[in-house]
Amino acid sequence: MMRFILAALFALTAGLVQAEVAAVYDFDTREQEVRYQNLIAELRCPKCQNQNIADSNAPISQDMRNEVYEMMQAGASNEEIVDALVARFGEFVRYKPELDSRTFLLWATPAIAVFGGLLVVAGVVIRARRVERQAAGLSAEERARAEQILKGQDNTSDS
Amino acid sequence: MKRFLLFLPLLVALVLGVVLFAGIGKDPTKLESALIGKPVPEFTLADLHNPSATLDRSLFRGEISLLNVWGTWCPSCRDEHDDLMWLANDKGINIIGLNYKDKREDALVWLERLGDPYQTTIYDPKGILGFDLGVYGAPETFVIDAEGVVRYRHVGVVNPKVWEETLLPVIEEARGNS
Repeated sequence: MMRFILAALFALTAGLVQAEVAAVYDFDTREQEVRYQNLIAELRCPKCQNQNIADSNAPISQDMRNEVYEMMQAGASNEEIVDALVARFGEFVRYKPELDSRTFLLWATPAIAVFGGLLVVAGVVIRARRVERQAAGLSAEERARAEQILKGQDNTSDS
Repeated sequence: MKRFLLFLPLLVALVLGVVLFAGIGKDPTKLESALIGKPVPEFTLADLHNPSATLDRSLFRGEISLLNVWGTWCPSCRDEHDDLMWLANDKGINIIGLNYKDKREDALVWLERLGDPYQTTIYDPKGILGFDLGVYGAPETFVIDAEGVVRYRHVGVVNPKVWEETLLPVIEEARGNS
């Protein structure tokens, strides 16, 4: 009985796994397959907007994967493939946008943020040093007076 | 200098506020077509009604037209169909259909039953022209000028509101230029 149930379970889940498999492509070399996987991982699905075309099941992603494969087989370079898709679907499909005047801020923001952070830290450090130096600059007389005051406070708080 | 630094957070908040506010109300699922200002891509496809006749992009020359991408599998296409009929019959708009990833028999039954708003319907069962046009979800409607150049792409259903506010101004501008 147990064996039967297990067999039935295997049969059922095997069907499920089969259903998830999309079109499979053959590659001559391992490098080509890696190149293909990298390409479809950095192209964005216009329909399901937070997925790349490697993860998306949308029909349009399937068409795009197919185009990537066909163009690769025809000997196109990565750049040509991405450009061909951008020409149809727009800059939107690039997860890695080109560096130009429109995307400059996008690329530069992390550097600007880090630089700004360094400026703030530098400011804080310099100010702390200055305060320290001023504290060290007390004359012997002032120090004696300060100690007197502190002692006096101790006395009052004790009594 | 010290004073100015005190106002820095306020300044940053204001700039961020303006930038973020500009994004409110925009629908991120509606993308601008990459083909605006470019001619309709080349294609050679059959006529839906007449399998032996081949159509190409010269179809779009001479008159401003709407190119409507549809399929019988697409519920929103059913939704906009009556409004396309209204545009074709009452407004006299030249609408070209692109039957996208569909079966010819199903499409013909659909047009028989609901009426045919299209001057011509291109039959594209594999979605070849659809792919070249950057179609990512039917229905989509392109405004094509008399030179066969794409002027605008609307993603989603066409209805009287979309017509008045979006498509008509683009068509009027295209008329003015040509």
